[in-house]
Amino acid sequence: MSRTQASKASEAAPDREEALELYRRMLLIRRFEDTVQDLFLKGEVHGTTHLYSGQEAVAVGVCSVLGEHDRVAGTYRGHGHALALGVEAQGLLDELLGRATGVCGGRAGSMNVIDLEHRLIGCFGIVGGSIAAATGAALALKREGGVAVAFFGDGAINQGYFHECLNFARVFRLPAVYVCENNLYGEFTPYEQVTAGEIRARAETLDIPSQTIDGNDVWGVQTAAREAVQRARAGEGPCFIEALTYRFVGHSRSDPGRYRKPGELDSWRERDPLIRARDAIGDTEEVDQAVEAQIAQMIENALAAPFPSPDPNAREYKDG
Amino acid sequence: MEFRVAIRDALAEELERDERVVVFGEDVAAAGGVFVTTPGLLERFGPDRVFDTPISELALAGAAFGSAVCGLRPVIEIMFGDFLPLVMDSLVNQASKYWYISNEQASVPLVVRSAVGAGGRFGAIHSQSPVTWFHAVPGLKLVAPSTPADAKALLKAAVRDDNPVLFLEHKRLYSMKEDVGGGRSEAGELGSAAVRRDGSDVTLVSVMKGVHDCLAAAELLAEDGIDAEVIDLRTLRPLDRAAIAESLAKTNRLAAVEEGPRTGGWAGEVLAVAAEESLDDVDDLWRITTPEHPIPYSPSLEDAFLPGAEAIAESVRARLGFAVTARD
Repeated sequence: MSRTQASKASEAAPDREEALELYRRMLLIRRFEDTVQDLFLKGEVHGTTHLYSGQEAVAVGVCSVLGEHDRVAGTYRGHGHALALGVEAQGLLDELLGRATGVCGGRAGSMNVIDLEHRLIGCFGIVGGSIAAATGAALALKREGGVAVAFFGDGAINQGYFHECLNFARVFRLPAVYVCENNLYGEFTPYEQVTAGEIRARAETLDIPSQTIDGNDVWGVQTAAREAVQRARAGEGPCFIEALTYRFVGHSRSDPGRYRKPGELDSWRERDPLIRARDAIGDTEEVDQAVEAQIAQMIENALAAPFPSPDPNAREYKDG
Repeated sequence: MEFRVAIRDALAEELERDERVVVFGEDVAAAGGVFVTTPGLLERFGPDRVFDTPISELALAGAAFGSAVCGLRPVIEIMFGDFLPLVMDSLVNQASKYWYISNEQASVPLVVRSAVGAGGRFGAIHSQSPVTWFHAVPGLKLVAPSTPADAKALLKAAVRDDNPVLFLEHKRLYSMKEDVGGGRSEAGELGSAAVRRDGSDVTLVSVMKGVHDCLAAAELLAEDGIDAEVIDLRTLRPLDRAAIAESLAKTNRLAAVEEGPRTGGWAGEVLAVAAEESLDDVDDLWRITTPEHPIPYSPSLEDAFLPGAEAIAESVRARLGFAVTARD
């Protein structure tokens, strides 16, 4: 497979209905994250948050090709992974607000969301944790023809998990797709400063087919993901995708992103995956309005939702 | 039956009973395990169920965690307990917390088997009993059997348990023999202690090889007219608190014998439970542990380092006010 430079949205947009659905999911993530940011500033979201704004095309493109037997492991920047999989936005927002109606009852919070019904085996607060979880998932899914996807950032490739798990997956030809979201920074530090060699080359030394793609082109991501998933499903082993993308916000709430080079954010804004999709689709007003209405209702519901009551009898172990 | 064969039989019976059970680790399949616990399983169950992995504990534990979330019931072997820090993220941060933070969507039915313990001249980093590293983790069960029969029954229970279990096997017990009866055995019960010797003067509490040291110490103490009760906790988490309380009600004195450093050890937890729940029954509580330095290599140093039967007996005599002269 060859390296693809970041470029305009691919010409081969799918039919309008599907295109609108991909766009809708990306917009939902963007507006969800804007909302989380606002609610954080108002003190309604606790701890910290790691927003996905700017990277939407990666999760949405990849998750659009997954089937019911497939599973996904996301990162601490995982709201986008969850929403792309179809996790209920209301339940996710409620979780971030620590409400009883959250997808994990308020027990998990932003960095650790789990929703097995929607095939999300977890979001992982440890850099590289998603790689391990997905590798194990692939071991189990091999029996039923499912594929496991790990999302992780460029920082994760310097963790032992990356090397050890990709080797493990390749040795046993596991149906795993490893998606590195290279947003140029590991937390506050440019990846080139702390990463030796090319990211993709590391997978290639393990004899894992790999490609570098434009992560802001949702259809390009979808095409690459479909190819990788089909290959994994056919028993040909793991694939690696490096998706070049950019987060429009800092690493976390405490990070204003001052380390960015002048003009860098602006140049990436011009490659905003949402705008590119909208330009390709044309009129999106109906979807735009529907998402705005959904968000407004979600905020109202979430703020009205009850906090969980501390359970003095909460169980340490599962029974039986 | 040897302890190591009991482990093998438990795995074989569970592999046969439930096709979701898989066994993997370094050198466990073709070679049969460095402690010869798993020969024959590969031949019997095939490479999809029993397989060798890279020397890659992060991947091993990650694969165990992820596959357990997705429907398998993996049993992995981490050859020496000293290597367990390499599995801590998957085991502690992910598997043990999954049931609770997922709001009880699922638990993670995996077993990590690992060989622990000193006395084999393996030096400081192949001889530890790293119970304490994992002791403070809600959601993780800790099993530490002392006999072949228990090893078989408790390993079967661990495989069937829906929660993550760390199953510790003491290196000095692998060759121990015991009649465990013919054929298949029932699964045991995790969290249930056993009274290995009835006594009325003092309770000795331990696990794994320590139980045998306590039994030998009890025989020495009997010569002095001290009647020691020996409790085998079998599972360190959950802890059989009732068994501790019942024994204390009889003996009023308790020594927890731990092969491990005193600071932060599980023996301290046993004493805390005794103090919290049985204070009215307590005349004395203390710990017999290893010194606060790494495990030495030289035989003379290692032997002196470990709390053997003589040391346990001597500690009990001293604590009960039996001066050496009392033996005259």
